[in-house]
Amino acid sequence: MRGAMDKKIRVFLAKPGLDGHDRGVLIVGQALRDAGMEVIYSGLKQTPENLVEAALQEDVGILGLSILSGAHMALIPRIMELLRESDAGDVTVIAGGVIPNDDAEVLVAEHGVARVFGPGTDTREIVAFIREREERR
Amino acid sequence: MNHEEIDKIEREKERWEREVLTPALLARGERKERFETVSGHEIGRLYGPWDLPDADYVRDLGFPGEYPFTRGIHSTMYRGRPWTIRQFMGFGDPDESNRRLKYLIEHGAPGLNVAFDLPTIHGLNSDHALAHGEVGRDGVPVDSLEDIERLFAGIPLADVSTSLVIAYPPIPSMYLAMAIDQGADLKRLQGTFQNDSFCRDVAANVRVLPRRAELKLCTDVVEYFTNNVPRWYPISIVGYQIREKGCTAAQELAFNLSDGIEFVKSFIGRGLDVDRFGPRLSFMWNAHNDFFEEIAKYRAARRMWAHIMKERFGARDPRSMMIRFHTQTAGCSLTAQQPLNNVVRATIQGLAAVLGGTQSLHTDSYDEAMALPTEESLKLAVRTQQIIAEESGVANTIDPMGGSYFVEKLTSELEEEAWEYINKIDEMGGMLEAVENGFVQREVAHAAWRYQTGVEDGSQVIVGVNKYVEEDEPPIDLLKITQEMEDAQKERIARLKERRDEGKMREALERLREAAENDENLFELTMDAVRAYATLEEVWDVYRDRYGKFEESSILVESV
Repeated sequence: MRGAMDKKIRVFLAKPGLDGHDRGVLIVGQALRDAGMEVIYSGLKQTPENLVEAALQEDVGILGLSILSGAHMALIPRIMELLRESDAGDVTVIAGGVIPNDDAEVLVAEHGVARVFGPGTDTREIVAFIREREERR
Repeated sequence: MNHEEIDKIEREKERWEREVLTPALLARGERKERFETVSGHEIGRLYGPWDLPDADYVRDLGFPGEYPFTRGIHSTMYRGRPWTIRQFMGFGDPDESNRRLKYLIEHGAPGLNVAFDLPTIHGLNSDHALAHGEVGRDGVPVDSLEDIERLFAGIPLADVSTSLVIAYPPIPSMYLAMAIDQGADLKRLQGTFQNDSFCRDVAANVRVLPRRAELKLCTDVVEYFTNNVPRWYPISIVGYQIREKGCTAAQELAFNLSDGIEFVKSFIGRGLDVDRFGPRLSFMWNAHNDFFEEIAKYRAARRMWAHIMKERFGARDPRSMMIRFHTQTAGCSLTAQQPLNNVVRATIQGLAAVLGGTQSLHTDSYDEAMALPTEESLKLAVRTQQIIAEESGVANTIDPMGGSYFVEKLTSELEEEAWEYINKIDEMGGMLEAVENGFVQREVAHAAWRYQTGVEDGSQVIVGVNKYVEEDEPPIDLLKITQEMEDAQKERIARLKERRDEGKMREALERLREAAENDENLFELTMDAVRAYATLEEVWDVYRDRYGKFEESSILVESV
């Protein structure tokens, strides 16, 4: 019997909107790769439509969104909606960047984001969270 | 100090090591094997005259206001005039930002410093599809001359010095058009444009046109202002953002001075005399956590730029050799955890900038790891600077760190490390090539990863994040920016388009298009177009048609 861990976890990291701050997403990408995951990165300035289409094509289990521009409440709900419309509601969506706690709570409770990782998050926490989600699948 | 005296001191030092230090080390040891700065630069136990055996006061330090300016660019420094409190601000819409500008002036922070939102920075109007959700979120939206007028309503431009953190002709031309309409004397108008395509490109990943076209448009602004608005600083060469992206202090120094070198080459290539634009170049640096390293960095920057301008570019006017700079405390050092700790960080970092001789300063507000500042947090940031300036006594004398064995040694070491990078970049052909081939980006990413590793193994302490952590922190009030402002801004564009003289506007854009085809300086014709109420995006479309768009690596091909 094959365990979930035998298969390489595939993560799609994405930068929606016009935000160019990529220090965080590059660091998370490096950390996930060092943890043995396969990381695909969207590059910058992607629309929700582009991102969702790419995530579906790549058939990833995890979609990580990085936004530091303050546009998270416009972009993330739209991405969640597009995923549901494409019957990909089972993709685990995580987010990070500059997202105030109040907004993070709404994104989780009302839009189905699995978890928002705030500033100062240890990358090992993200690795552990992704592994646990993938094991449950 | 002559070598004989140093030898005598060194003999004493050996005795001290033998009789006092060694027993202490055997008994207790030190906290760690290696002490280093936040940049990973090793720091010694004790500095003394033995660290500076070849020091030459006149050659290396000199006097303030004189080459090589190590001790400061003015002869009286803060005894004559304190630095300018210049807080970066902009959010919501032009009216909201106008209220904030007036709030700053009212509380004793007269240096205006405007941040523009992402759509504006990318040359997109607020009603563009890509602007959705981004309008007014991290700066003020400006779609047309009308918005610049709203932003500065009731502020007499002749009496203030304004910094606009924006590049290329469109927004600067709006500002100038408004100043002309107010009757301001262009020979006396004061302010700064950031206008640095490299910092936008490397650090903020803002790229609209191909790199050489962006360099050309920055140069257009500098050429026009050099000839017409002589007291303006038409470019601010920025190391701040590249430091935010994770590089070291020495890299910030090297990459930013290389950035400056590339622009000087471009301005000379345009036929401008180095002593005409040289005195109107300004710079911007980060003030990060490591107190002494930052002070050394500013001092090294002054000495290095003086050498570059005098020896490399043949400047004769001492004012061309002075590096005048703005400093901002490190946004990347702010924590969302225990946010009030950020007040302390801004104080220490701001103090380093002052001891390093900055001309103006932005101290970050404590809530900025989570949102743009509230009035309350902003006021505290302003008060922080006022306390440094008017209570602490640090502004009473010039370059109080000068002559410290440690600071002088560190200044020289940072300088040496930075020259190595600059030489490497020169060998590649310059900053443009070093950015095009990805060298700068790779160096920065490597340093950022090294820092993160330190944070995660605990060797790099961040109070409240990886040490002295508290669970269940109480929430604080944050600034909220509403979607309604974005919607109202969109409606204004529609109304403007109905109101303006379409024929006149088209004609102005057509003339701009022709000038662009001929690679002329586009500043004046851009100003004509914005005065005819061409919107920001319409002007940018002319540029985009002429030069093409910067091709971002398309989705999925860029590997992390």
